[in-house]
Amino acid sequence: MTMDNKRVFDTKVQYLKYKVLREVARSAWNGTLLEDLLDIPMRIVPGKTPTMRCCVYKERAILAERVKIAMGGSRDSQNVIEVIDIACDECPAAGYEVTDSCRGCLAHRCEDVCPRGAISFDHDHTAHIDKSKCVECGRCSKVCPYSAITNRVRPCQNACKIKAISINEEGAAAIDKDKCISCGACVYQCPFGAITDKSYILDVIDLIRKSRSGKDYKLYAAVAPSISSQFTYAGLGQVVKGLKVLGFHTVVEAALGADLVACTESRELVEKGFLTSSCCPAFVAYIKSAFPELEEHISHDLSPMAAIAKYIKDSEPNAKVVFIGPCTAKKTEVMKKEVRPYVDAALTFEELQALFDSRDIDLTGLEDDVLDNASYFGRIFARSGGLSDAVSEALKEQGIDDFELSACACSGIEECRTALMKKKRGVLSENFIEGMACTGGCIGGAGCLTHGEKNKAQVDAYGRQALEKTISDAVSVLKLL
Amino acid sequence: MKVTVCIGSSCHLKGSRQVVEQLQDLISSECLGDKIKLGGTFCMGECQKGVCVSVDDVLYSVSPETTKDFFLSEIKSRVQ
Repeated sequence: MTMDNKRVFDTKVQYLKYKVLREVARSAWNGTLLEDLLDIPMRIVPGKTPTMRCCVYKERAILAERVKIAMGGSRDSQNVIEVIDIACDECPAAGYEVTDSCRGCLAHRCEDVCPRGAISFDHDHTAHIDKSKCVECGRCSKVCPYSAITNRVRPCQNACKIKAISINEEGAAAIDKDKCISCGACVYQCPFGAITDKSYILDVIDLIRKSRSGKDYKLYAAVAPSISSQFTYAGLGQVVKGLKVLGFHTVVEAALGADLVACTESRELVEKGFLTSSCCPAFVAYIKSAFPELEEHISHDLSPMAAIAKYIKDSEPNAKVVFIGPCTAKKTEVMKKEVRPYVDAALTFEELQALFDSRDIDLTGLEDDVLDNASYFGRIFARSGGLSDAVSEALKEQGIDDFELSACACSGIEECRTALMKKKRGVLSENFIEGMACTGGCIGGAGCLTHGEKNKAQVDAYGRQALEKTISDAVSVLKLL
Repeated sequence: MKVTVCIGSSCHLKGSRQVVEQLQDLISSECLGDKIKLGGTFCMGECQKGVCVSVDDVLYSVSPETTKDFFLSEIKSRVQ
């Protein structure tokens, strides 16, 4: 028995995506995916009454595209984020426009505030914007007492702060693959679910199957610390148990990899004098594409995910590792040649929910298992500022007192851009940039089931529950190798 | 001789760090570092017996309180 999963997600778009993943996974477990392929859209949208689009045929056509992406998507493109052209509603993108709420008032604040003289008035005194003059500054919209001036931007373009999304000849969204950092902001923001992340859920099912309950190799789940704000309808202990029921040998905290990273990154910082963090793959990709001159400052550390996976594989070369987290960019990171040997696949929390339900695993009915490998500091990597706190602690624990950390913790790609711009111009006063592409850090990731106000507090509470209070104690057991 | 300590969550909560630290100290104070390969692993699948320690693939149940006795009877006596 499974619960009504609509409550698990923030939006109905996520729920739809989940249903496709669940059905694809279910058929894969049954060994009938090939036969079921054409039936899955019909299973999700039965009958003749459309609930999402103009007709059920279009709904099913879009679902067929979703099935393809759930199975790994286009093989022609390496980009993890894809647009489903036929699902794109071609939202208006006209920029600032005067609506019929304009009352034709006398004050004309809009006209006065416009720096380009783009506003004029017609015979009934209502305002008009001359698009050839308008620079989209938005001041007119802010001063209008009737909120009569709106800004029509596409949610995807608004979400993509690196401006990797444009509009193609057909009017659909198009992603510039050379710019895209796979952060998934557009995936979460598109109200039509027309942009989505490719799934490797079938690879994970294959890894589970072939391990034959650990007889052929042990399959490890490395889970991101942001899991503490997810699956809140059950307990974390039940999620751990659920992963073992699915067929994972055991579950390890990626946060222990974060503890390792805090140690090595703090020493690298002291040695180099300035550093940008390397935990967030989207931030690293952003520096490489938009600020290549700063690339030399990127920490040479592996990410926490790759660090813990490397430890597992160094001690057990036969092992396989699946990372489970909030992140779509991790799917790109695991394809990189320096990470590929350690991590076999990356899964989001959304996909994990689908995987549980494809096996009818009801977490709420399971007994509690335990998860405790990392320290408080490794665990708080999940939220903005956590990495900086951990680096500061690592310096202290290692007795490095002749170096003063001055961290610039950036939450969201716009803050990252501001800090990197300052560094480029030589006016950044801090000596460490903690860059997280998602707002709030990993808890804001596009692959989360839910995003809420309480997430940060939940991560901090989870951090405080860790048995080990210091980074050195947490990593001491790893020095066995 | 290969000695592996489980550092998985369940054993960790039962004190595997203290077991590891004691074993490291005992091995170095007895100068047995070249004869014993001490390693770690996440989960040996016998969580209820934790802290799990294997000596040449034979599983033992150890706790921080019994580590010294365990070392003397199952490790030191066999390598010499």
